[in-house]
Amino acid sequence: MDRIPILKIGETLLVTIQVDFHDRVALALLEDLSEKIVNFSSKGLLIDISALEMVDSFMGRILGNIAKTSRLLDCHCVLVGMQPAIAITITELGITLSGIHTALTAEDGLALLNKLVNAKKNGKPSAKKQEAKWR
Amino acid sequence: MAVKSQEERPISSEEDILTVRNSVKRVTALLNFSLVNQTKIISAASELARNTLEHGKGGRSIIQLINDPDRVGIRIIFEDKGPGIADISQALEDGFTSGRGMGLGLGGAKRLMDDFQIESKENEGTTVTVTKWLEKN
Repeated sequence: MDRIPILKIGETLLVTIQVDFHDRVALALLEDLSEKIVNFSSKGLLIDISALEMVDSFMGRILGNIAKTSRLLDCHCVLVGMQPAIAITITELGITLSGIHTALTAEDGLALLNKLVNAKKNGKPSAKKQEAKWR
Repeated sequence: MAVKSQEERPISSEEDILTVRNSVKRVTALLNFSLVNQTKIISAASELARNTLEHGKGGRSIIQLINDPDRVGIRIIFEDKGPGIADISQALEDGFTSGRGMGLGLGGAKRLMDDFQIESKENEGTTVTVTKWLEKN
């Protein structure tokens, strides 16, 4: 069965989606990713879609699910490399991909992941907010 | 309006959606649609092919290269003999879904194309026809 390779680089996982995936491949990817995030305690996931020529609502839903699932497993997800034509098309189609972090290049994506992961390690702004709320 | 050429593709598995997409891509590239419009047409075709597979229980698509005296375009017809759609206006609303998608298929495809026609009879099937014309320079 076709599987999309997942690369581990330090605390980050890297996935490049190069072919239009269908149902089985997409589900396998979601399972593989969840397993690897937990096994490696990965804090960041970079998904590169620069090779995709289109994203339809099915693929949009899969990408959204991957982002939500990884977040539940304490891993931040950044989507990189979306072609401008795809951004225009999915907006018109009505896919919002809300709550998904994006960056234009893999390099920018890694920088954003570092920021997201480190913000949690050092600042813990969410904990402070929580404290304020309780007072 | 005349049909210059056409090809037929069955839709009975997920792989077939890919085949439909590739055929549509070939025609849009042949007609020299802009990259944005190529992406829109391929995405609309992908949504509708998935509808044919999931809701129509499979069917076929016909991809046509069409022309008027003063313009050319692509027309794609999706046919199935599935359960049909009881309430078409409801099915066209964003967010309405009876399948596994986001409920954007029909309404989204309509927005992406120039012309959108749907005919459906309960227990007989559904035919969706979409057209996009090449903008004149």
